[in-house]
Amino acid sequence: MAKPTRLAWWHLLVVLAALVVAVVGAVLLGAIDLGWSRVLGEVWAQLTGGRSPLSEQESAILWQLRMPRVVLAGLVGAALACSGATFQGVFRNPLADPYLLGAAAGAGMVVTILVVLTPSATAFLPAAAFVGALGGVALTWGLGRSAGAGTATLLLAGVAVASFLTAVQTFVQQLNTLTLQQVYGWILGGLSTSGWGQVLTVLPYLAVALVVLCSCSGLLDVLALGDEEAASLGVRPGAVRLVVLAAASLATAAAVSASGLIGFVGIVVPHVIRLLFGASYRVVVPLSLAGGAIFLILADIVARTALAPAELPIGVVTAFTGAPFFVLVLRRRQT
Amino acid sequence: MPALVVAAALALTGCATHSEPPASTNPAGSTFPVTVTPAGGKAVTIAAKPTHVVSLSPASTEDLFAIGAGPQVTAVDKLSDYPASAPRTDIDAFKPSVETIAARKPDLVIVYDDTNNVVAGLEQLKVPVLVLKAAASLDDAYGQISLLGQATGHTAEADKLVGDMKSQIADVVAKTPKKSLSYFHELSADGYTVTSKTFDGQVYGLFGLRDIADSAGGAGDYPQLSAEKVIAADPDLIFLADTTCCQQSAATVAARPGWSTLRAVRNGNVVALDDSVASRWGPRVVDLVKAVAAAVQKAS
Repeated sequence: MAKPTRLAWWHLLVVLAALVVAVVGAVLLGAIDLGWSRVLGEVWAQLTGGRSPLSEQESAILWQLRMPRVVLAGLVGAALACSGATFQGVFRNPLADPYLLGAAAGAGMVVTILVVLTPSATAFLPAAAFVGALGGVALTWGLGRSAGAGTATLLLAGVAVASFLTAVQTFVQQLNTLTLQQVYGWILGGLSTSGWGQVLTVLPYLAVALVVLCSCSGLLDVLALGDEEAASLGVRPGAVRLVVLAAASLATAAAVSASGLIGFVGIVVPHVIRLLFGASYRVVVPLSLAGGAIFLILADIVARTALAPAELPIGVVTAFTGAPFFVLVLRRRQT
Repeated sequence: MPALVVAAALALTGCATHSEPPASTNPAGSTFPVTVTPAGGKAVTIAAKPTHVVSLSPASTEDLFAIGAGPQVTAVDKLSDYPASAPRTDIDAFKPSVETIAARKPDLVIVYDDTNNVVAGLEQLKVPVLVLKAAASLDDAYGQISLLGQATGHTAEADKLVGDMKSQIADVVAKTPKKSLSYFHELSADGYTVTSKTFDGQVYGLFGLRDIADSAGGAGDYPQLSAEKVIAADPDLIFLADTTCCQQSAATVAARPGWSTLRAVRNGNVVALDDSVASRWGPRVVDLVKAVAAAVQKAS
């Protein structure tokens, strides 16, 4: 079956429609039932300056809690899935995920150290996670370069760095068991936002990184032919890898800083997109961006409502719902 | 035998305002050996008046010092930060090591939970261990003070302390206006709270306050309420028991998205509690009662 190698208009249409449905659903559903007609009335009132059917508290729930959270879920999901897709392209390895180069372990270690040393500094957790994620990737990159060229070396360096940083994290954690809950909560991932502020903080990094990744998607297709073929076509594989990995790591770091460690999105969404729409990176990378956003917005609805009024860590939801869905798509493709 | 002791302990708590003659604290130890039975635990016999007590429970540490058993305490865990004169060590009550405790040569060890099999380990070394679990009610807390009084040879002081606490609390409650107010007691910034069934919940219950967690449908006595739920419930009072652990304050609460619309925030009824006072079932529960009374007074 011939698979399209370019983005077709119907791809965008399908994905956009799904995104709209997910966003509307996420805004309407939550721990508190605001009523869909009243939410629509509120939105209408905001647009026209009329009277809102919602109380002041309900309006605050809608605009200051739910909306930024839905937007953040979309951004984080887009970043993780898009980075995952490009990591798979760069390493030519279907199991590559955005945390492969030590981003998660680096962020986890720095966050743990910060929490243990100054438990009061929760406001700096996102910045610490961001620095840690980039630091972990930089360490892997440096180690991989010093050990020799090649993506396999880089992968192994990532494994070594991740194990080492995780060991340090566990050691530091043992020094102060009182902070266990805080660190654990962060590691499981969550999107309880500090409102629009957090969205605006990560937006610039994500915008730059995702634009770079999407525009490099064609080069990943060339890279898939092999380094020699790529070189003969005038592409410098080393330079492409460096740029793509840097952008993907930036996106991952920003996502991790906003939401902690959310697994599964980066590995499953690109594969689902690949199975549904074709294997060309020119299709997979941009559609993974949208698919990741949709998936994480839907997962967050479950996280917010399944145990309401409590919240479920979103990492649990992504793995619990993502795995069976993935198997389903896999089986359908084979029959 | 244990049944008798329980009956004796109950009788002691029951008539706690009644002072014993000072003779019972005779250091010669006429009351020893003594057998005490903590609520829900098994009987523990203490052969002689203990002089090397190790407390791994911050609440019990406060109890011991308040009943005059402080000089007998040789080591407390790293979280027992009150009173300041308590001999703090770096023993971690969450994962205590039997060897570290045994090295202090204790003749009585007090824990609030049997983590790391510490009880069995110490029993092998013939060290008596009292497991004084988190009090579920004020009466539980009084019972533990009386029990520690018996266990350390300070029965009279323990009875006096319980009597004082009871009369002070009754006094504060009587002087505070009764008004139907709702409250949210915050244990952590991610919304963990208490229901009215918990120790803290009962303290609020003394003033007739209504816990918003009761009707929220959360799981257990320490449920998590999402911010949406708290904002929709719009409580009259917000009590922060996460001021030390997590640096929360009226200002940080007001700065959370959406929280500035709450009437507790607008009317200045976000009350910063001392985390330790709000989470320990020791003598300073009187301070907690006073803090709640002041908040109710202000909000009425």
